[in-house]
Amino acid sequence: MTDSPKRVVKRSTSAGQSTSRDFAFTAEMIPNGVAEAAFLHEYRQNAWEHFQKLDVPQTSEEAWRRTDLRGLKAGSFSLPAGKAAAQLPQPPERLLKPLVGEGHGGQIVMGPGETQVTLSEAIAKQGVVFTDIATAAKQHPELLQKALGRAVKPDEGKFAAMAAALAARGVLLYVPKGVQVQEPLHSVLWGPGTDLAYLSHLLVWVEDGASVTYVHEAASPAENGQTMHSGIVELYVGNGAELRFVELQSWGEHVWNFSHERAVLQKDARLDWIFGALGSKLTKNFSEMNLEGEGGSARMSGFYFTDGEQHLDHDTQQNHMAAHTTSDLLFKGALEEQSRSVWQGMIYVAPGAQQTDGYQANRNLVLSQTARADSIPGLEILADDVRCTHGATVGKISDEELFYLLSRGIAREEARRLIVEGFFDPIMQRIPFEGVRDRFQQAIVDKLK
Amino acid sequence: MSDLVIRDLRVNVADKEILKGLTLTVEQGKVHALMGPNGSGKSTLAYTLMGHPNYEVTGGEVIFKDQNILELEPDQRSHLGVFLAFQYPVAIPGVSVANFLRSAVNAHRKAADPEYKGIPIPEFRTLLKEKMDKLKMDHSFAGRYLNDGFSGGEKKRAEILQMATLMPNMAILDETDSGLDIDALRNVAEGVEALRGPDFGALIITHYQRILNYVKPDVIHIMLDGRIAETGGPDLALKLEEHGYDWIREKHGEAAAA
Repeated sequence: MTDSPKRVVKRSTSAGQSTSRDFAFTAEMIPNGVAEAAFLHEYRQNAWEHFQKLDVPQTSEEAWRRTDLRGLKAGSFSLPAGKAAAQLPQPPERLLKPLVGEGHGGQIVMGPGETQVTLSEAIAKQGVVFTDIATAAKQHPELLQKALGRAVKPDEGKFAAMAAALAARGVLLYVPKGVQVQEPLHSVLWGPGTDLAYLSHLLVWVEDGASVTYVHEAASPAENGQTMHSGIVELYVGNGAELRFVELQSWGEHVWNFSHERAVLQKDARLDWIFGALGSKLTKNFSEMNLEGEGGSARMSGFYFTDGEQHLDHDTQQNHMAAHTTSDLLFKGALEEQSRSVWQGMIYVAPGAQQTDGYQANRNLVLSQTARADSIPGLEILADDVRCTHGATVGKISDEELFYLLSRGIAREEARRLIVEGFFDPIMQRIPFEGVRDRFQQAIVDKLK
Repeated sequence: MSDLVIRDLRVNVADKEILKGLTLTVEQGKVHALMGPNGSGKSTLAYTLMGHPNYEVTGGEVIFKDQNILELEPDQRSHLGVFLAFQYPVAIPGVSVANFLRSAVNAHRKAADPEYKGIPIPEFRTLLKEKMDKLKMDHSFAGRYLNDGFSGGEKKRAEILQMATLMPNMAILDETDSGLDIDALRNVAEGVEALRGPDFGALIITHYQRILNYVKPDVIHIMLDGRIAETGGPDLALKLEEHGYDWIREKHGEAAAA
């Protein structure tokens, strides 16, 4: 029972479904191609066919068993375009500030209107490409072609196919062989408004021996109604290359958020992936690390904090396809009010992937009687000389801890905050970026208010 | 300043009466020792004085600084100057000793002055180092997670460090001496001696006479079955050491022994 990215096309269940269960997108909405990139047009057409064939996932499918999409008003979404979209609010200044280091070497801001791209001359001179998808198609079609579909296939699911076919917003980051990018690169996806579907596609390709830090944040204001996001993230880390990828999800609590993300690591590649999830009404996220080359090493540090009626479902997979590979995943989450989290993790070790070292842990701190965390670790090991460990816990603040802090004069709210911060400390220790830690710390204060 | 006056205190734990009308005064400026066999209710008294939610007060009062502290939350009791050194200190993973103590110091100062903005970090570091030096503790202690993976001795020293930093007016030490080697015991005793003065009273709860060789008590109480059975001077501890508790049991008759 290996994990195959291919999905069986289910028979149609048209009976009993209201029309709003079906998306109202049409083939005319596929972004215009350019002469330089015929492959892109083909890719989108192919994805569109899958999108049409695939059903909206239902809870009868294992991966979606705990995440119910019946509340999603699929038929109400249109793609942001034109004048109306351009008049939506601009992203606030704080989102555009650097989260990592003093400044950034480049920034891409994707919103309802036009995408803004800046890149420092020094980095551009190094041969680094950091631009939006449309520009990449015109100016760097060969690089785009290399990265497109390398890590995520359009047929992996309804939402992957949707983003592959229709995403007009996207980033190509390409770092040439041996190039060390000193300053971090930053992109923001800003999704204001309601009844809109923001579709995004991030492509990162780090050539052999190169090194870069990339920070991406998706965010929106809080709104009444529904907005959705579907995204694809494809990361390629070449032989001996190094990628630090920081991803923050700060959607408003009305956004239905879907993403398919996968990193592919070549020989001796290193990945340090930081994943923070604070927003959205509902999230279903697939994040995978494929260790394809010997000696590769991937670390993923996840942080989530839910409140209200948020529902966050993270599906992670660590695939050891080659020998001497290491993966280390730690996801920690706290839950307030009626919120819910699901984490399903899997370490897969392919036959022959000997001397691999895989670790996965998910720790939850449930802060209210009505919140709930599901934690489902998994191992599938087809090699015999490996070390794989996993752990999953769901706990709450004990009366004894609270009493101890109270007895020292610390008020109840402050005591809770200290305990929650302490709970997250092992994750903070893994984040070498002060700006990101500060953001998480602030989120803890806000969510405990 | 103020004595701690306990009058006719009755406490249930899980619907069973443990303290059965306990009356005791701990004088400000003096060190009292409370001794007694296992199960006599010593720890119940300690937790009740600090306000642990599992201890249900069914009668009596505890007056300190003109207030019945039984009506106060644990943090308010702490602000008033009551301190409990726990028999079993609780681990708070991820929270460093320094971070925790700074929060506690700030909470105390804010309780006294709502306008207080918080102790500057350099000032706090200096304060904490000074306290650690007095207790001969390594400075690296400040960065460790509170009681997380501490040895028994380290936990007790951390309790004394907290006491030294918060400088309470009334400290209750619940078997702080148990399980300590001589060096740690000396440390703990020095911590108490350092605070000794007209504004400090202490109730040292112990099984053994041993700690009383290092902290000389002014008054000794012996507890039996939820009440104070005997009160006397330092020689009472020596008598216990020699003769055990049986003579007290006999003196208080079959009711207590039954």
